[in-house]
Amino acid sequence: MSVRRSTFIFAWILLLPALLYVLVIVAYPLLDTFILSFTDASLKKTTKWVGTVNYDKIFNSTFAEVIIRTFVWTFFSVSIKMIIGTFGAVMLNAAVPGRALFRILTMPPWIVPMAIGIFMWGWMYNGQFGMISGMLQNLGLVDGPIAFLAHGSTAFWATIITDVWIGVPLVTLYLLASIQAIPQDLYEAAWTDGAGRFYRFRRITLPLLVPAMITMSMLSLIATFNSFDIIWILTQGGPNGDTTTMIIDTYRTAIGSKKYGEGAARAVVICIFLSIFCLLYFRVTHRLASGESR
Amino acid sequence: MSQPALINRYRWYELVGIYAGIFVFLSFILAPFVEGFLVSLKPLSLLFSSPYRFWPENGSFAAYRTMWVSVPGFARYIFNSFFISIIVTTVVLALVVPAAYAFARFRFRGSGALLAAFLAVNMFSGAVLLIPLFRLMRSFGVLNTYFAMIVPGVAFLIPSAIWLLRTYMMRIPRELDEAAFVDGASHFYTLRRVILPIAMPGITVVAITTFIGSYAQQFIFALTFNSKTEYMPLPVGLFAYFGRQEVVWNELMAASFVGIAPAVIVIFFLQRYLVSGLTAGAVKQ
Repeated sequence: MSVRRSTFIFAWILLLPALLYVLVIVAYPLLDTFILSFTDASLKKTTKWVGTVNYDKIFNSTFAEVIIRTFVWTFFSVSIKMIIGTFGAVMLNAAVPGRALFRILTMPPWIVPMAIGIFMWGWMYNGQFGMISGMLQNLGLVDGPIAFLAHGSTAFWATIITDVWIGVPLVTLYLLASIQAIPQDLYEAAWTDGAGRFYRFRRITLPLLVPAMITMSMLSLIATFNSFDIIWILTQGGPNGDTTTMIIDTYRTAIGSKKYGEGAARAVVICIFLSIFCLLYFRVTHRLASGESR
Repeated sequence: MSQPALINRYRWYELVGIYAGIFVFLSFILAPFVEGFLVSLKPLSLLFSSPYRFWPENGSFAAYRTMWVSVPGFARYIFNSFFISIIVTTVVLALVVPAAYAFARFRFRGSGALLAAFLAVNMFSGAVLLIPLFRLMRSFGVLNTYFAMIVPGVAFLIPSAIWLLRTYMMRIPRELDEAAFVDGASHFYTLRRVILPIAMPGITVVAITTFIGSYAQQFIFALTFNSKTEYMPLPVGLFAYFGRQEVVWNELMAASFVGIAPAVIVIFFLQRYLVSGLTAGAVKQ
């Protein structure tokens, strides 16, 4: 009994520093956001309770539009990441000479400081002299220069493409690891029975990859929903707010305009969405795990 | 032995298809780096001319020399980036090694829920919690210091680090702990003298991934909590130049390449660890 008790105490001593740290730096701010969202906190010295005014305000503004835009942006970004990532994983899994090198070459967007990758995209999208506009003109596909970041619709897609570019390496390498975890005997059995390569892919690889794809798209969904750096560096939410997602909107309100209370209300809405995603993720992965062990 | 070889034998058109697929895939991944590098070699007059030319005619490495003058804080930014990442990594390890051991070895009431709670931290980016974090940093009195970037940076790297190291530590045979315990070693002694040495490779992986994570993600806290040029990490330091009306693109790209050099070197030497490390964080055990 005393051994168990000392073990119990020891475990908590080990956990305590990390736990306290996260409580102070993450849990307390979470609570504080919630409290602030009912106040008119700003740079002023005094702060008073204002009830649900901040929430009324955001739902009377264009915030609904921002929410929809965020979902559309996230949906396309995650879908394209999954498609390109699956394609990349399948290609890199092929037993061809040079594949070790190809795998290394997949990593840079993920490993280099995110902001620096985004600077490079900033140049590529440059209207007057950038690579994409220039290439399209040289190929005769467009007549004049296109300033991708200056128009709403192109800026929207440009930020999505850059987000995809940063996210694809993780998706690819994760799915590649999952493909390689598929037992080789399955392929050999099918091969012995005369199944072709495409048939084996469709009937073995794809079905067994589905759990990993679901897990990854959930993780990707959460990360993409939180995406800030890309849009902030490329467009700061412009032009005319056409790339303003919930995170960008919150940042502008809270940090740009110093309206902490209003910003906090927006952050609470984001947290509610994230909590739903989070619960969904735990539930799905739990179900996948118990399904596997059966 | 011969079977896997046969099963993997490709016909010529399959090979062409695979290499074409890989080429398209890697073109997307590497295009910005190739273009960025070529831009760093081009003189400004060539950059700002129409029609667009991909190849740098009469290119030179001049921008790599002039950038040290035009971006006066450059060396300082790189130092700051390294300094912040090293401190962050050290603090994360100090917090995570004991916690991961506790999660790997001891089952106690609420341990599962606690682990889930740690992982849930991953779901919230710093951006969502920026307002209270700003107030918190202000009340600590650390705004515009290194701490304003280090303290929040650590918190968001803890969850994956715990997860990764816990997975590694669970593979260490339990008999080792028990043997030490039977011999009369205390819990703490067992951790320090038995587990830590064996777990070193795992700790190394966690250290590397944490370092990379912190080096790659120094943006939002540094942008919001620090306005002093002398403490800025590289991404924010360069962002100031990126935001200007007349961006000196060749120098910005040259600076970017010098800035990413450490990461690229790490990739080439440690990629084996990186893949196992960074993907294990996402794999549900």
